[in-house]
Amino acid sequence: MITIDGTEVPFEAGQTIMDAALAADIYIPHLCHKPGLSPHGSCKLCTVDVDGRAVSACTLPAAEGQKIENNTPALNEVRKTITQMLFVEGNHLCPSCEKSGDCTLQAVGYHLGMLDGHFPQFYPRRAVDASHPTLMLDRDRCIMCELCVRASREIDGKDVFAISGRGTGRQLIVNSATGKLADSDIETDDLAAHICPVGAILIKDHGYEVPIGRRTFDLHSVAETDLEEIILKKTVHHDQDDESVEKEGGMYSA
Amino acid sequence: MTSSYQLNQTDHLLHVLFNEQQKSLHISNAAITSIAAQLNLPRAQVESVVDFYSFFHRTPRGRFDILFSNCTSCGDLKLMQQLCERLQVKPDNTRADGLVSIGQTSCIGMCDHGVSLLVNGITLTSISAQQIDHMAELIEAETALAQWPASWFKVGNNIRKEGLLLASSFEPGGALKAMAGRDGAAIIDEITAAGLKGRGGAGFATGMKWKFCREAQGDTRYVVCNADEGEPGTFKDRILLNSHADTVFEGMTICGSVIGAKQGYLYLRGEYRYMLAALENTLQQRREKGLLGSNILGLGFDFDIHIVIGAGAYICGEESALIESIEEKPGIPRIRPPFPVTQGLWGQPTVVNNVETLVAAARIVLHGHHWFVSSGTWQSRGSKLLSVSGDCARPGIYEYGFGITINEILNDAGAEHVQAVQIGGPAGRLIPADHFEHRIAFEDLATGGSFMIFDHSRDLLEVIHNFARFFAHESCGFCTPCRVGTTLLKNGMDKICSGHGTAHDVDEMNRTAALVSRRSHCGLGMTAPNPIRDGVKYFPELFEARLLHQEMEPEFNLDASLEEARNLTHRDDEEAHL
Ligand SMILES: Cc1cc2nc3c(=O)[nH]c(=O)nc-3n(C[C@H](O)[C@H](O)[C@H](O)COP(=O)(O)O)c2cc1C
Ligand code: SF4
Ligand code: SF4
Ligand code: FES
Repeated sequence: MITIDGTEVPFEAGQTIMDAALAADIYIPHLCHKPGLSPHGSCKLCTVDVDGRAVSACTLPAAEGQKIENNTPALNEVRKTITQMLFVEGNHLCPSCEKSGDCTLQAVGYHLGMLDGHFPQFYPRRAVDASHPTLMLDRDRCIMCELCVRASREIDGKDVFAISGRGTGRQLIVNSATGKLADSDIETDDLAAHICPVGAILIKDHGYEVPIGRRTFDLHSVAETDLEEIILKKTVHHDQDDESVEKEGGMYSA
Repeated sequence: MTSSYQLNQTDHLLHVLFNEQQKSLHISNAAITSIAAQLNLPRAQVESVVDFYSFFHRTPRGRFDILFSNCTSCGDLKLMQQLCERLQVKPDNTRADGLVSIGQTSCIGMCDHGVSLLVNGITLTSISAQQIDHMAELIEAETALAQWPASWFKVGNNIRKEGLLLASSFEPGGALKAMAGRDGAAIIDEITAAGLKGRGGAGFATGMKWKFCREAQGDTRYVVCNADEGEPGTFKDRILLNSHADTVFEGMTICGSVIGAKQGYLYLRGEYRYMLAALENTLQQRREKGLLGSNILGLGFDFDIHIVIGAGAYICGEESALIESIEEKPGIPRIRPPFPVTQGLWGQPTVVNNVETLVAAARIVLHGHHWFVSSGTWQSRGSKLLSVSGDCARPGIYEYGFGITINEILNDAGAEHVQAVQIGGPAGRLIPADHFEHRIAFEDLATGGSFMIFDHSRDLLEVIHNFARFFAHESCGFCTPCRVGTTLLKNGMDKICSGHGTAHDVDEMNRTAALVSRRSHCGLGMTAPNPIRDGVKYFPELFEARLLHQEMEPEFNLDASLEEARNLTHRDDEEAHL
């Protein structure tokens, strides 16, 4: 057993703290983690305090007797700051982004009560790649979570993406002779094409099929959403399920 | 038989890219594609390596590519400006005729030699303003480096004080011979009894590290010598590699025999490339003497050593980033656990030790642990090599038994009117004068060896600013707190040093600093805020004196931010100002 915020949680050998928490329906905020892909430990949103030590829940193996602090005001404040860091280092203009409402970064911001970017914007210059017939790469919104990198490698059996550069100069690159997505072997059905938690990899021709106000995180907080589901449903979610809209109200509905 | 993972040294991606950079002055898209094909690596891997390491460039550099150190001890950007003006080239640009490019780089480990630089990757030391003029003439005349004054390239040892390690002589093979009749466990016991702790900064017990690695499951094992020495102000490994390379390699060989490794790697920082030929030569001599290769000295074990040369990335000193770099990848620290002793190079159990640690280990095997514990304190056995630089009469290498006070060192180095000492480099601690009775020891002030002195003539805030820039430049960018946080901290220091900061900005920096220290993925981020935190703690008056006002209000200089608009509209009249 481990203890998360006073609740006893069972775990199996080989599980991380995140695995054990997810299995027990305890939400630890996360962005670069996805069950089924190897843990990454880069966004640091899942930072928790284990017996006073700061660790990443998605990478640290659960061990008998760990006393874990997770949903505390102090930790959520830290996570809010980390989320703000992610916002200001990229160019996130949510109102004009197709992902708005389905974006995990945005949803985490809402969940943590983030009202502004707090820090001055970095305004990086990053290239857009619209070369592919069905996919679109807007690097301005990339948060370097490498979910697409891992999905391509570990699930699709390809090696389409990588992150290049150092420090704030890091950028998503495509593994093709020209560096263009069109010349890679990515296909629309690949997990890598759908896994992006933000609006950096988008499917063309499917913009705004679900109106803003009725999207995933307009209806549910990120803490109660099965993130697995979003990827699977992608473009076909929630259209008929309007009852819940009435009941809970979307983010943007009056 | 050596492991199937073994790399051919000439085919190592970092070495191939270095050659391409030298030949074509940059690494083009076409070169990336062909190198990827030649080495059978994914193109994106080659591209990401090119973009990660500072010494590789996507656009052509000059035929003379000059990088001035920007370290507080071995750099002076005024001389860079002077050379730029003489040669009519902007910093970080290549002159239109392709002759020359001039830029800056992080500390190149020449802190005992005054202002230093790299020209086409080769170290040039002790530069004066007069020399800059001469250099400009040589460059304009396209004089080959071989014809430049040989004295410019001299790198001395500057050993000022010898202790346990530096005072005793060493016969190549001596420690290996002393191993005869003792098994690996006995050697580990000897090193454990000596109480040897890692000299690279973290201070992990060396005997224990070797034991863990020896006992770990694996198909094969590796020994890695960490000669990345990137901490600004540190140059003690340079001296050991220059004058005690045999002892370093012997330490690696002993470790190999103890843990059961057949292959070792020396990871040499790119800035020390000038030593490469001599090191290769030493390795060759050792092979000829039967001290490397198969059945070493008839002791029944095989071991050999390759050298991998870095390309300008401080983070590659972090052991798991270093391993990634040997594996031909960007130097991004791994998730730990697992630690290298169980899953290191190519997933196999690996010992990573600092140069000085391996020298000490070889000497302990030779002289026994009693010899070693004759020096130091009971928690910190033996001696420590300190790289002393900055404002003092006698910069250089000082070897002391652990327990020496800062005051004693300052006295020996001839330092006067000392304002502060930075111990352990920017990642270490900034120590104010009323703490100079503290001691160099794991239980008091632990250090990898950097000891930088700042007297009262120094603008300490600029020193802290310099360190903040260093970390923002060197952050690998893998994790959010450090990638974004080091830049936020640098921006904060930019603002305060330019006189635009308020008490609010200091408060913001404190908050960001605490988060970066605690939540980062690796030691770089965890230590990057140290100079700012120590500065605010011990020298608050320096910050206050530079602030615009003490209110907790953010300050925004509207007039200054209209500068760009004024430039665009070619206006500078009264109406264009607020
Ligand atoms: C950012 C960073 C840079 C480091 N640089 C070096 C270095 O240049 N040389 C070194 O020996 N250790 C360096 N280390 C420490 C290594 O990770 C590792 O602890 C050390 O090489 C282990 O050797 P030791 O036990 O002999 O000290 C660095 C650590 C960090 C976090
Ligand atoms: S493109 Fe999306 S999935 Fe890929 S690294 Fe960027 S944010 Fe993550
Ligand atoms: S702390 Fe900094 S250097 Fe270390 S992994 Fe994170 S970004 Fe990279
Ligand atoms: S979810 Fe754990 S670090 Fe990103």
